[in-house]
Amino acid sequence: MSSRIAACFAALRKEGRAGLITFLTAGDPDRATSLAILQGLARAGADVIELGMPFTDPMADGPAIQAGNLRALAGGMTLKGVLDLARAFRAGDDATPLVLMGYYNPIYSYGNARFLADARAAGVDGLIIVDLPPEEDDELCLPAHAAGLDFIRLATPTTDDRRLPKVLTNTSGFIYYVSITGITGTRTPRAQAVTQAVARLKRHTTLPVAVGFGIRTPADAAETARAADAAVVGSALVERCAPGGPGVVKDVLGAVAALAEGVRGARR
Amino acid sequence: MATSAALRAPNTFRAGPDERGRFGIFGGRFVAETLMPLILDLERAYEAAKTDPAFHAEMNHWRTHYVGRPSPLYFARRITEHLGGAKVYFKRDELNHTGSHKINNCLGQILLAKRMGKTRIIAETGAGQHGVAAATVSAQFGLPCTVYMGSKDIDRQAPNVFRMKLLGAEVRPVESGSRSLKDALNEALRDWVTNVADTFYIIGTAAGPHPYPAMVRDFQCIIGEEVRTQIAEAEGRLPDSLVACIGGGSNAIGLFHPFLDDPSVRIIGVEAAGRGIETGEHAASLTAGRPGVLHGNRTYLLQDDDGQIKEAHSISAGLDYPGIGPEHAWLKDTGRAEYVAATDAEALEAFKLCARLEGILPALEPAHALAHVIKIAPTLPKDHIIVMNLCGRGDKDVFSIAQHLGADL
Repeated sequence: MSSRIAACFAALRKEGRAGLITFLTAGDPDRATSLAILQGLARAGADVIELGMPFTDPMADGPAIQAGNLRALAGGMTLKGVLDLARAFRAGDDATPLVLMGYYNPIYSYGNARFLADARAAGVDGLIIVDLPPEEDDELCLPAHAAGLDFIRLATPTTDDRRLPKVLTNTSGFIYYVSITGITGTRTPRAQAVTQAVARLKRHTTLPVAVGFGIRTPADAAETARAADAAVVGSALVERCAPGGPGVVKDVLGAVAALAEGVRGARR
Repeated sequence: MATSAALRAPNTFRAGPDERGRFGIFGGRFVAETLMPLILDLERAYEAAKTDPAFHAEMNHWRTHYVGRPSPLYFARRITEHLGGAKVYFKRDELNHTGSHKINNCLGQILLAKRMGKTRIIAETGAGQHGVAAATVSAQFGLPCTVYMGSKDIDRQAPNVFRMKLLGAEVRPVESGSRSLKDALNEALRDWVTNVADTFYIIGTAAGPHPYPAMVRDFQCIIGEEVRTQIAEAEGRLPDSLVACIGGGSNAIGLFHPFLDDPSVRIIGVEAAGRGIETGEHAASLTAGRPGVLHGNRTYLLQDDDGQIKEAHSISAGLDYPGIGPEHAWLKDTGRAEYVAATDAEALEAFKLCARLEGILPALEPAHALAHVIKIAPTLPKDHIIVMNLCGRGDKDVFSIAQHLGADL
């Protein structure tokens, strides 16, 4: 699958530290700001970049990311625009893994085969599609693998041991553990529960385990980094896009640098 | 043409969905992983209940003594005479307890919730009819109930909001997106994802992830099953046409499904054309939408070129939804049912006609069905029998109709 994602986690293992995965919505608060942030993320300390494909009805997301989606759409962002951003980012960075995250309908509307080809050509490494569970793998997951893209799946506290193998079967790149039952950005997980959950996942898979939902501060990120292979931060960064204007790039990248410091300083 | 249609036609239209919850390409289980184990649980529980005579006995008890079923099949003589063509019958589901067909489904789902040991009910509502029905069964069965309702709908359906509160439900206004039914559904799904252990989500229409479309249909099929018996008694034969309004499509599928394998019965669903299909301000997803994935199922959706969901518009809050139950999407594509649309203005005219000629205030939703009956009945012979589902009463709409007619209450 994606050599960038595999290489990234291999390097992290070698360094003996966890990674920082950042989530931002493409085109939030506007295209130019969004691209400037993307281009600065790796230098600020992001190891993997998740780029949200905006959708009118983000059912698994809390208020912060819902608002980010609507800001991006109001600014005219489309799925084609997301792929353009990805291509622009990739032109200046051939190493940092880029994962598109979102909901199925805009992709289905774009055309699955065309989307996979265009995403691959734009330098995208993987996909996280919230509303495509393993029961619907023939829709996009298997074609994505065939197109050379990783399909990263969410596992949740409701995914029990009986179901976990089904979730893991066609998952590649890494597994994204949703640390709470709930929507993004609403509550903070308990460290002990996360540690136990990661251990449970590790019994079933050799894939790297990233943990997200509810991680807000450098201290939260450090705590997650002690238990998991990567910490995902989304809502706390998306909130910083809300004001718009020239200060957003510096503010977001400053927050990413602080989170990265938290992750890198965490003893494993 | 005839050959390809014949090749496409299944042996029966009543066997769906398949084991993946699909009707042809429509339906399915497009939900986040957190919800996936819950809907699999629900499917198992429903499959078990479906074959349990005790479950059906309990349903029948409540239908008879609490809902007031069977609802009458009423020959609308004055409307029939006025239109001068086909014989028009109304299936009077507006006479049910709570004033619409929604109680049929809520009763089934709350009995299932009890069997599953769930202790908290959530629901979404548009017009408030489903919210009222969910609040009603929650009160009767002693479970706390939270209803999500778009703030736009709260404004135009004030009487139902107050009814829900009187019934002990908490009504949570939804300010996100277009502040109507689709956003209420999003918010209810967000609640369910957060409260997975104790909460049962009573979806109000025959849409959402499998097993909801099939389950809601089954609970609503009592409508069509009663019509079969009643029309046999009244006329000694099957009806020629069935007409029902379509928002998500639960009242329609309840009427249609028992007749799907009777080829002589013409089946017509009426969507909301709002201010007119050509204006773009409507809720006619089958007439003017295209297939997509939203709220757990693939179906026809109102969406832009980028796959973003468009806001629906209808005078009727209950039809104001940019999607449609997946079985209707399939019935459209197979050609077994026809789907047409009626505008806000046509529905208002039908409402007024029904009030004056029959002494019945229909809800604005079935007023759309009636608007289509008004169009077709005069063109049909006098021995043609139309059964229209009068699926809700108009008391809830009195204030918003007054506004549309410029009356000051």
